[in-house]
Amino acid sequence: MHPALAVIFLTLFSGGGFGIMALTAIINDFQIDGGLNPLQTMVAVILSLVFVSIGMLSSTAHLANPKNAWRAFTRWRTSWLAREGVFAVLYYPFAFAYLVWVFFTAGTQDTVGLILANLAGLIGLITIFCQGMIYAVLRTIRQWNTALVPANFYVMGLAIGATILAAERMIMGAPALTLVGIALGLLVAAAVMKGIYYFWIGRPNGPTIRTATGFNRSTVRILEQGHTFGTFLTEEFGHTLPSAKARSIKVMMYIFAFIIPVAALVIGFLTGQLFFAWLAIVSVVFGIGVERWLFFVEAQHVINLYHGRQQC
Amino acid sequence: MRLGLVIDLDTCVGCHACAVACKEWNTSGTTAPLTDYDPYGAKPSGVWFNRIRHFEIGDYPYNKTINFPMSCMHCENAECVTVCPTGASYKRAEDGIVLVDQNKCMGCNYCSWACPYGARELDRVSGTMKKCTLCIDRIYDMEIPEEERQPACVLTCPAHARMFGDLDDPESPVSRAVRDRGGYQLMPELNYNPTNHYLPPRVHAPIPTEELKKKAVRKVKEWVNRVVER
Repeated sequence: MHPALAVIFLTLFSGGGFGIMALTAIINDFQIDGGLNPLQTMVAVILSLVFVSIGMLSSTAHLANPKNAWRAFTRWRTSWLAREGVFAVLYYPFAFAYLVWVFFTAGTQDTVGLILANLAGLIGLITIFCQGMIYAVLRTIRQWNTALVPANFYVMGLAIGATILAAERMIMGAPALTLVGIALGLLVAAAVMKGIYYFWIGRPNGPTIRTATGFNRSTVRILEQGHTFGTFLTEEFGHTLPSAKARSIKVMMYIFAFIIPVAALVIGFLTGQLFFAWLAIVSVVFGIGVERWLFFVEAQHVINLYHGRQQC
Repeated sequence: MRLGLVIDLDTCVGCHACAVACKEWNTSGTTAPLTDYDPYGAKPSGVWFNRIRHFEIGDYPYNKTINFPMSCMHCENAECVTVCPTGASYKRAEDGIVLVDQNKCMGCNYCSWACPYGARELDRVSGTMKKCTLCIDRIYDMEIPEEERQPACVLTCPAHARMFGDLDDPESPVSRAVRDRGGYQLMPELNYNPTNHYLPPRVHAPIPTEELKKKAVRKVKEWVNRVVER
């Protein structure tokens, strides 16, 4: 699959943004580490809104005919893409209302504030699920057609959010012991979940060139693709990654997405050096960006069977 | 009614005439134009509704070339329609034809991801998704003679390898051909239930080539060929 930056940014940044909002609500619900004070809460909500907006705006760059984008909200009864759009837009009024409420009343943890925060967080989590289901419903791409995809999107979005919130607390000089613990737990969970996913898609599965052509009892080889140069199909679906290269990129991804953020949060918390808090944020966003790039480039659409692939 | 195509892999000669006729008709049809990119340049490419691939089945000497035309299968479970967020993609209730409303499509490519048969291609110029219409602007046109109310690909096929008809009607020529010849669907395991069916090659008795009695003249020719060096 063609790894379009627009879609990578959509899932990466909006996932992280919704993760920040959901965790902000939970931290203020249970007063974890004393809860976030009004300034920290506003910074967190603004970060969340900025991240979600980066994702939403970059997703429109993926459209070839964006003047019809407003129609994408109409088929929410059947399409996960439409549902994602509806919930993503629904998130804004609640997140904005919480921001305004905290700004004017400093009520991060009063009833109205918490209701707004939890609704915004819940809608964000539903949006992450819709985002995962966009890919998970496609029976044409076996690497995506698994419940592990929305599960991965959840835990990665929450891991980004937790890392950013823990780093924010350290940068703003507030107690962050439990927040760092939550971030470490979610980063490890995300690493394990991604490992399960890679194990799952590593097994041969799905249609082959035989079922694609119907000649189930003989060897089938492509002689001619029937076109001189690339087509829409080869440009959109023809991307592959040699397995040796994929393995080394995965190692790099694990280092940036999980190992560096975990180490940076621990070192930053123990030494109190703010550089490590910033490092954790940059590293986790970059690393999970690489993870999302791999997610797209490793997806092998069955149309490749008609362009010579024996198996996808 | 469930309109679709039946493609005979036994007689298809792989001439690409169906694809060319399709392009010619549809580039001025309902979803026109079928844009070409760099048509006279080094890397010609463009939008086609119908593409023909060529496969080798079996291993030498028991092999066979199969020419494999593919266009929209007008699936019963058309996931391309289910996933469309704008409602641009739709499947007609009356005849099962899957179409894209060019005025509603926002060009997100999602339907092409959902299609296992590569039937949908994005037109970079109009920014919309385009696909086989089963020549809906021919098959219902009362102005043309009845025998011409068929898709352009079917009319043009010189080998009569393409048939058009109602696969819901068990006595239609297409249904009978599927029944008699063991017609099948592609990738049935994905459960898209495509309307288009493919007829496998007929089993022919092999033509003996080794034991043919050779004529005397031919034997002399072969001997001369062996002894004379160039």
